Amino acid sequence: MTNIIQLERINKVYHTGEVDVHAVRDVSLTIGAGEFVAIMGSSGSGKSTMMNIVGCLDRPTSGRYLLDGVDVSDLHRDQLATIRNQKIGFVFQGFNLLSRTSALENVELPMLYTRTPVSARQQRERATAALESVGLGQRADHHPNQLSGGQQQRVAIARALANQPALILADEPTGNLDTQTSIEIMGVFQKLNNSGITIVMVTHELDIASYTRRNIIMRDGRVVSDLPVANRLIAEEEIAKLRAAQKAVQLAP
Amino acid sequence: MKIFATFRIALRALRRNKLRTVLTMLGMVIGVGAVIAMVSIGNGAKAQVEAQIASLGQNVVLIFSGSTSRGGVRTGWGSAGTLSIEDAEAIQKEIPEVVAASPEVRGFNQVASGNDNWYTSVLGESEDYLDIRTWPLQDGMMFTDQDVRGATKVAVVGQTTARQLYGDESPVGQIIRIKNAPFRIVGELAPKGLSVMGSDQDDVVLVPYTSSMKRLGGGTMLRSISAQAANEKELANVQEEITELLRQRHRIQPGRDDDFTVRTQQEIAEAATATSKVMTVLLAAIAGVSLLVGGIGIMNIMLVSVTERTREIGIRMAVGAHGRDILMQFLIEAVTLSVIGGIIGIALGVGVSKALATYMNWPTLTSTSSIVIAFLFSAAVGIFFGFYPARKASHLDPIDALRYE
Repeated sequence: MTNIIQLERINKVYHTGEVDVHAVRDVSLTIGAGEFVAIMGSSGSGKSTMMNIVGCLDRPTSGRYLLDGVDVSDLHRDQLATIRNQKIGFVFQGFNLLSRTSALENVELPMLYTRTPVSARQQRERATAALESVGLGQRADHHPNQLSGGQQQRVAIARALANQPALILADEPTGNLDTQTSIEIMGVFQKLNNSGITIVMVTHELDIASYTRRNIIMRDGRVVSDLPVANRLIAEEEIAKLRAAQKAVQLAP
Repeated sequence: MKIFATFRIALRALRRNKLRTVLTMLGMVIGVGAVIAMVSIGNGAKAQVEAQIASLGQNVVLIFSGSTSRGGVRTGWGSAGTLSIEDAEAIQKEIPEVVAASPEVRGFNQVASGNDNWYTSVLGESEDYLDIRTWPLQDGMMFTDQDVRGATKVAVVGQTTARQLYGDESPVGQIIRIKNAPFRIVGELAPKGLSVMGSDQDDVVLVPYTSSMKRLGGGTMLRSISAQAANEKELANVQEEITELLRQRHRIQPGRDDDFTVRTQQEIAEAATATSKVMTVLLAAIAGVSLLVGGIGIMNIMLVSVTERTREIGIRMAVGAHGRDILMQFLIEAVTLSVIGGIIGIALGVGVSKALATYMNWPTLTSTSSIVIAFLFSAAVGIFFGFYPARKASHLDPIDALRYE
């Protein structure tokens, strides 16, 4: 199994005023292709900083980071942007879609910034395919404000898939969603993961984490636990249970 | 990133805030419109003056005789009568670049025909005068060199004089009495309009200068000589040669002042257009200030826009936009704003100058070059004032931008 993420003794120190904040301490970690990992921890545990480094939005203060075999620890802004464009798809807690822009065009966005130009027709085709893969083929022309939270997050996932990245990074992807929609989104992720896509997700919800295959727990900038998920939940089954429970409530007098 | 896609994004962003976009554009519209209108007014005035200069003739050199000073009262150029017919002949003969020269005697006389009379300027000229002035005849013909040699009583009348004396009738063949001497009218001049000084050039009667001297008591000295150089390049040269020749002929010692003045058409044109040039520059400068204000408006709104769309910038950067892409996006947005404003401004400016010409009879002249310059300038304003906000946007940190609320 090839390694998608290989972190070697990563440190991140923020210099804020007089105190240096050691957000990530000496973290070494490898995540292989096809894995589905949840990084958990309370706020201040360093998981967001980790996410930014893994997502090439930030650079480590020291240590080496190989993403899909490429050392990205010393790249500068624009090189990191190209790496993000080619290798990483982002899914955020607040969806972060462009407002007043159709779902289709939102999904096309990463293709606007590829260094080898993609033709307009190809963009359209790829974006439509990505939307269909998250079950939103019919909603391509809708604007984000015409879509529910769950649908918006699906558009965001489709956008993350647009450039066929090596890795999908999700930062609290279910944070703004209700339980059922959260499970549905996890279902989408499980489906993608089953088709071979590597997913790394930050969450603080234990039940959401149990839809993944591996849980990493961070505290004070260190990895304190790294275990495979024992009782993995399957989104489809959980949805079915939920439906049944709802039906029962409706049937009750 | 493709320029077309960037342009589409810019248009969409501008459509999102229609009122704001329109108000920001208004600054450019007024600025560019004002520049176009003001330059049109200035150019119109300049063109009018230039047309008057051109009515002087082609490559004309004017030689005025000196002034006198009697009891401290100085008279104007041409009053002393220091130029003679021989001077005029010498100029034509001895300076090869001079193709024609016409001695001029001027008087103001009461002229009469039938029951009508009129006070007008009577110019004694040679037969070359109309060629020098490039002044065509409307009817009849110019008097000939034989008329000049024989001091014949023939005259050519200008439009104004003809109208005053003969109304709509043709003056050719009629008899006009100048100082009670009957002159036969052989030709009628085409209209020439106002001179540089604003006097009516058509209010004139031309007679051979010899006739003026002998029949009208004009004396033997000339008020001025009109000479014509072979081409424009020779003008300055001819001016020098005439000065040299006349100083020699008038026996003026080195160091003494000339008793005559030589002016080329160019000098007269430069003097006359100087004011209108200053006016054009002044008007354009004032209008330019409003353009500057329009540009600052664009910068202001772009800064607001960058702040408002910090999150959007963050998203774009997260999915792989380089700083350059963001810079281009906002720069193109600013340029689109200023160029569309500029185009509307051009239309407004052209409209205003047309309206001024139609309803107020102002001589406006809108040149293609001023439109092109205004267009390029509005694009430049967009680039100049859009650059700082765009740069600010491109330097945002993607993490901060994504978290921005």
